[in-house]
Amino acid sequence: MRLNRKAITLAAAAAFAGSLPSAALAATEINWWHAMGGKLGEKVNEIAEGFNASQSDYKLIPIYKGNYTETMTSAVAAFRAKQQPHIVQVFEVGTASMMGAKGAIKPVYQLMTEAGEPFDPSAYLASVTGYYTDTDGNMLSMPFNSSTPVLYYNKDAFAKAGLDPDAAPATWPEVEAAARKLQAAGYACGFTTGWQSWVQLENFSAWHNVPFATKANGFAGVDTELSFNSPLHVKHVGTMANWQKEKIFDYGGRRSDSAPKFYNQECGMYMNSSAAYAGVKANAKDFEFGVGALPYWPDAGEPQNSIIGGATLWVLTGHEDAEYKGVAKFFSYLASAEVQADWHQFTGYLPITHAAAKLTKEQGFYAENPGTDVAIMQMTGNAPTENSKGLRLGNFVQIRDVINEELEAIWNGDKTAQQGLDDAVNRGNTLLRKFEKTVN
Amino acid sequence: MQHKRVIFQGRALPYFLVLPQLAITLVFFIWPATQALYQSVLIEDPFGLGSSFVWFENFEDLFADPAYLGSFRTTIIFSLGVTTLSMVTALVLAAMADRVVRGATTYKTLLIWPYAVAPAVAGILWWFMFNPSIGVLAYVLQQLGYDWNHYLSGGDAMTLVVIAASWKQVSYNFLFFLAGLQAIPKSLIEAAAIDGAGPVKRFWTIIFPLLSPTTFFLLVVNVVYAFFDTFGIIHATTSGGPAQATTILVFKVYNDGFVGLDLGGSAAQSVILMAIVVALTVVQFRYIERKVEY
Repeated sequence: MRLNRKAITLAAAAAFAGSLPSAALAATEINWWHAMGGKLGEKVNEIAEGFNASQSDYKLIPIYKGNYTETMTSAVAAFRAKQQPHIVQVFEVGTASMMGAKGAIKPVYQLMTEAGEPFDPSAYLASVTGYYTDTDGNMLSMPFNSSTPVLYYNKDAFAKAGLDPDAAPATWPEVEAAARKLQAAGYACGFTTGWQSWVQLENFSAWHNVPFATKANGFAGVDTELSFNSPLHVKHVGTMANWQKEKIFDYGGRRSDSAPKFYNQECGMYMNSSAAYAGVKANAKDFEFGVGALPYWPDAGEPQNSIIGGATLWVLTGHEDAEYKGVAKFFSYLASAEVQADWHQFTGYLPITHAAAKLTKEQGFYAENPGTDVAIMQMTGNAPTENSKGLRLGNFVQIRDVINEELEAIWNGDKTAQQGLDDAVNRGNTLLRKFEKTVN
Repeated sequence: MQHKRVIFQGRALPYFLVLPQLAITLVFFIWPATQALYQSVLIEDPFGLGSSFVWFENFEDLFADPAYLGSFRTTIIFSLGVTTLSMVTALVLAAMADRVVRGATTYKTLLIWPYAVAPAVAGILWWFMFNPSIGVLAYVLQQLGYDWNHYLSGGDAMTLVVIAASWKQVSYNFLFFLAGLQAIPKSLIEAAAIDGAGPVKRFWTIIFPLLSPTTFFLLVVNVVYAFFDTFGIIHATTSGGPAQATTILVFKVYNDGFVGLDLGGSAAQSVILMAIVVALTVVQFRYIERKVEY
């Protein structure tokens, strides 16, 4: 036994000594912390393998760190302990916090210039990158998985209720009419929604071209204040609260907890991320489904464009220049039309470049999978305005919690729409002021 | 109480012997607690790039926040619910298991089993059973005419988390109650039976008073459990919602600190929580323990 262990130690030492020269020549390692579990995680590994096979100087190591919040929290903790990865995937609500941390992040435009990588910001979809550019138009992080909310509807149920299965309701009054017909045909509820703050308030504001917060939704300064208690917002949320009583709208929980209501045909319509496409397809076994754009209120004018959700890749400071070169190389690879088109078609996330969207079209993907292009049309239909470029609010994770809480109080009738939204705005503003103090 | 006194030779040895315990207390309690105290008077950005000293602003913000004050009420309701439900259920089960002769070990094992389940798993389990769309129990309730929806109704959500949190704790309480019951001399019970006391009377006049040390101990443990160990369950089931119906204090500490990255505010909350627990423990041992019959 003792001899054995000695032999192993010796062998290990020999192996280590033998590997020394080659280790010096080995590829520079780049760590990428991400939050993509399951099928998406496998796809991330595939992208990393593709990059590693395409060159031999760098080795990209993707590491799954849990959900978005966990990934961001781990990166923050790692940074404080000086053990940070090169690249970390951060969800869109963490954007202002990342931007505020000036000494912790290396802006992508700077990274690309320093590394001498070709980089053309105009190749990217403005409505995607807009969320992540500073006021001078510089891209600060690399868009990775971006999606936008769309309307999924049950075609079979529509046919049964005497509705046109090939036309999704375009306006909110049409949604109500369709819901009533569905209920008359025996369905328990008309529609439900995932990510209520993102879909019914944030995107609602952009889609109707009204501000969600002052100072260009926070893009023009951290002294921004929330403004989603405008008459239009109150009307929308108030109407939904009334609909909740008759189950024209039925609340199904935070995040995507409401999905089963659509899958088991309780609700005939469902609003959620375009990236939920794969999930809907896998779970809608007994019925055909269609995809439509988000509904709008016709008396508030034509719809503008919707905004994104999802995550981007941030580069953290504190590493060697040679390693940053590798990061820049990887970003170029990631943004290439082939990689992007494949990612887009597999996941339902938006392509981040015009080239990738074009390639997908040429490959006939949209024709074969009707509805997958709704998200892109919704994002690119109009040039983004101040109200529809995105949101840049500090402490946004907590603000979303506040919004969730107040909306729930409205749905269950504890508060009126006006009261609930006013309270959400006030509580959110307190959090914004707190954030202002940490960055100043 | 303590009549025996051990006499040590020399001064160094006793200190040396308690050293490991002291080291553990310092590293795992005093140090983090001091950190929390220090952070509670700072406003800091998540990455630790800059911080400013703000005196008691974090505390002022907390007490000006109606949501935080509401969380106190929620915590009290939750702890009362969990403690009562888990202790009463455990006592009933223990009293019954104590009388079982055949297959006693099987019963005991099955009743202790849930304690091995991780809080998050327990939470998810109950979340599935009570899910308004796909849950078995929600379906049964709907058949009975009750429209269960913990996404909307704060009362339903509270019931859900209390059940999920109690279920795990019943096993623990059961174990202690059973041990307590078995420690009661049979002769006392037999004597009472000969005097003509029925099972119910025997329970209330003999068994229950003799169980009071166990009951008191479990009361402390359960309140502490409900206060501190339950955020996994809340996190996995309701995330504190709907509205703030199930946001208990410890969940708020976790949520503000680890999700919201508001380190100062979260530290201030944990300092308050620390003070509450110290006060609670003092009150329990000073005033309640004296009334307990040993």
